[in-house]
Amino acid sequence: MSRVLALVLLIVAAALPARAADRFDELIAKLGTDGFAEKIAAAQALGELGDGRAIAPLRALAEGRLYVRPSDKQIVVIEPGAAPAAGLDKVRINNRLRNVIGASLSSLMLFSPERGDRLAAAREAFSNDTAGIMALLERALGSEKDAEVREAMRFSLLAAKLRAGSDADRIAAVKQLSGSVDPKVLNLLSSLKSDANASPELRAAIDGALAASDTMRRIIAFAESLFQGVSLGSVLLLAAIGLAITFGVMGVINMAHGEMIMIGAYATYMVQELFRAWLPPSLFGWYVPAALPVAFVVAGAFGIAIEQAVIRWLYSRPLETLLATWGVSLILQQLVRSVFGAPNKEVANPGWMTGGTEIAGGFLATYNRIYIIVFCFLFLVGIAALLHRTAFGLHMRAVTQNRDMARAMGIPTGRIDALTFGLGSGIAGVAGVALSQIGNVSPNLGQIYIVDSFLVVVFGGVGNLWGTLVGAMTLGIVNKFLEPVAGAVLGKVVVLVAIILFIQKRPRGLFALKGRAAEA
Amino acid sequence: MTHRKFLSPAAAVAAAVMTLAAPAMAQAPIKVGVLHSLSGTMAISETTLKDTVLMMVDDINKKGGLLGRKVEAVVVDPASNWPLFAEKARELISKEKVDVVFGCWTSVSRKSVLPVFEELNGLLFYPVQYEGEESSRNVFYTGAAPNQQAIPAVEYLMSKDGGEAKRWVLAGTDYVYPRTTNKILEAFLKSKGVKSEDIMINYTPFGHSDWQTIVADIKKFAAAGKKTAVVSTINGDANVPFYKELANAGIKASDIPVVAFSVGEEELAGIDTKNLVGHLAAWNYFQSVKNPTNDAFIKQWHAYIKNTKRVTNDPMEAHYIGFKMWAQAVAQAGTTNVDAVRQAMYGQKVKAPGGFESVMNANHHLSKPVMIGEIQANGQFETVWQTKGPIKADAWSPFIPESAKLTADWTFPWVCGNCTEPKYKM
Repeated sequence: MSRVLALVLLIVAAALPARAADRFDELIAKLGTDGFAEKIAAAQALGELGDGRAIAPLRALAEGRLYVRPSDKQIVVIEPGAAPAAGLDKVRINNRLRNVIGASLSSLMLFSPERGDRLAAAREAFSNDTAGIMALLERALGSEKDAEVREAMRFSLLAAKLRAGSDADRIAAVKQLSGSVDPKVLNLLSSLKSDANASPELRAAIDGALAASDTMRRIIAFAESLFQGVSLGSVLLLAAIGLAITFGVMGVINMAHGEMIMIGAYATYMVQELFRAWLPPSLFGWYVPAALPVAFVVAGAFGIAIEQAVIRWLYSRPLETLLATWGVSLILQQLVRSVFGAPNKEVANPGWMTGGTEIAGGFLATYNRIYIIVFCFLFLVGIAALLHRTAFGLHMRAVTQNRDMARAMGIPTGRIDALTFGLGSGIAGVAGVALSQIGNVSPNLGQIYIVDSFLVVVFGGVGNLWGTLVGAMTLGIVNKFLEPVAGAVLGKVVVLVAIILFIQKRPRGLFALKGRAAEA
Repeated sequence: MTHRKFLSPAAAVAAAVMTLAAPAMAQAPIKVGVLHSLSGTMAISETTLKDTVLMMVDDINKKGGLLGRKVEAVVVDPASNWPLFAEKARELISKEKVDVVFGCWTSVSRKSVLPVFEELNGLLFYPVQYEGEESSRNVFYTGAAPNQQAIPAVEYLMSKDGGEAKRWVLAGTDYVYPRTTNKILEAFLKSKGVKSEDIMINYTPFGHSDWQTIVADIKKFAAAGKKTAVVSTINGDANVPFYKELANAGIKASDIPVVAFSVGEEELAGIDTKNLVGHLAAWNYFQSVKNPTNDAFIKQWHAYIKNTKRVTNDPMEAHYIGFKMWAQAVAQAGTTNVDAVRQAMYGQKVKAPGGFESVMNANHHLSKPVMIGEIQANGQFETVWQTKGPIKADAWSPFIPESAKLTADWTFPWVCGNCTEPKYKM
């Protein structure tokens, strides 16, 4: 990156006429002054000057890498990642200045020799409302060879014409933009419509353009809510799968389930810190996959220990189990608080989980959500395979369906109980890895998910993974379609009331086990 | 506690022997109650405040104590349980006989202990920014009132440097502080000519973790062409997923700035701030403020907590100011008697780490400077704007009609926290 910049700098500097030099130096020096007004004026003027040498300092300023030496007011650009020398003062910046720099950079970079820079600048120019942008774009289009960049420039030019062109220009531009679902276009069109100077013909054209995209916009809004619902559903599912095994299959009301998730999240934090301390930064992105087995083993070990120490003495006494596991959850919370301290721990998203991709017309799917959805389904398939395709799964199902008969057949029920509880806890630990990527890592993490997890398992039907899947997805999707209408607080209340009514009608949930197993 | 009783005969002898050398230390210590949650949801924020008070007690003892007596901290854990706050407050005042209490974080815990302090005539120092609309004879409020935080922040966002925001999203957690603050802000915005359709108000439950819909809504609301800003009164754990969602949705501070009133250095320590640079917070203090008082404060904190990575924040500074003021008032009154100390508190001045001299007013609130800071990649704030001098806190907001009439003034002739006319005629 910096090498490229230096190259740009050299090329442009060589080609530059000498007369602009004084003005350029003067403006660059002004970037280092104290007042925001002066800096803003300088950044704006640098954009209008059209001198490519300004790109590097402006970019450095936007990224907080521009320093000034107090002794002689010399401006110093620090390379990304490098530490500034002692005694340099950082040039302060605010959001207004950032916007001005963005506009200046976008006009400067239209003529950059790098294709990527030009493309980004051409796209950025859409929201650039400075007066000169139309002329700049036309000039850039004249010399541009690359088809994609030309397309982006043409698109941005339409926006410039909409803002500043004649009435005929505007109507022509509106017609070309008709049917677009890009939110930037829609905003521009609707703000133009509310402009008092707009002619009736222009308004009619805008109405036509907006109507043409109406159906598409509805579909996109629906798809967006659906995606958000599935995403919330997959988070609920991850939190609840472990409980579906300990509560659903074994019948243990495990109030410490949330703490298993928390332990998984803290295991993720520890793995992240190890990666930061011992491995090169290029491998940092791998800490999340590496944390999965660690979290499984750590949370699973805690689960087995809890089963051996507490729960196995309380089987078939659900109320005592509830109280005992609640006590365990408080102990675990305070333990974590004593070891790691009360404040939140920072768990960073690795590079490949940061950001998102725009699918259509402002519908943005963030990468961490996409990965969590995919991971959640793979995980569910894996657990189903474990339960239905392995000897351990067979034993486990046998013990839960008829304990005495299983023991008579030679299955070590005590060991299976411990391993099943360990499995459920380990799965909760793995869920903790995923949840650490979207939420907090704090001693209270488990408390956020415990109620939702029980809701999902009870709603879906106890003892049934398929029910947990459908339960989680239904709750997630219903929640997300309700939220825009009813608001987050009321939406939650409505869902809770609906579940209570549903349980009255079907006490065993969506997918009740049938046959003799259900009577046990 | 108990071993002191065991030793008391020995101590008495020792005291008798040492009467000439150190007469002071023989007297009973001055007791300072610390009422902060050390477990439960609020432990995340309040544990640090307990450490701050202990640090101040440690410091004053090193300098020879107060009125020649040793100062002793009595720490209790109300466990983020609001009714337990009231019980523990009663225990501190009646059983432990503490001379002053430093404590509480959430408004609901303060409301819970208020009747206890008023009944037993105790003294509470409350260090957190809050919604105002209160002035008790038994409480000194060292955090910001809305006019020392919320209103200046909104004025900044309306200014040219703040980006001239025209549309407003008021997002908050669903409880008393955000609801009251947003009520004040809504009235303020309307008084500045902002129309109802340009204000979007959104409440979420405590610990809300799925922000997809709300962030998408904010994006759509902001897409209407006018410059939009988000004012966040989101509290506690819900902030981390909110900021993560903002960063991943690609909302940059230069497009839609978010100004937060409950996010400080301590909260940022749990978030990766690389993608949040430029979002804002309004406080009366930032760790990054450069002045000798603050340098000494940070150094003292690092030395006490034995970890140079720990940050300082606004409520900690509030306890620092509160403790120093109380110690000065006790020294001036020559006693720890609550009524005498209260009288001595008015007009008490302390050089604050925030860089100004803070003054305690007759409405039991401080005069403090207001600062707007931008989040930096290193988890600190950089001040981008601040008031020219300290601002006096309004206990009652002038923007809510029913409270605009009220006055809080505990000096003669008013002697009242919520009156429309003075209690005594001149």
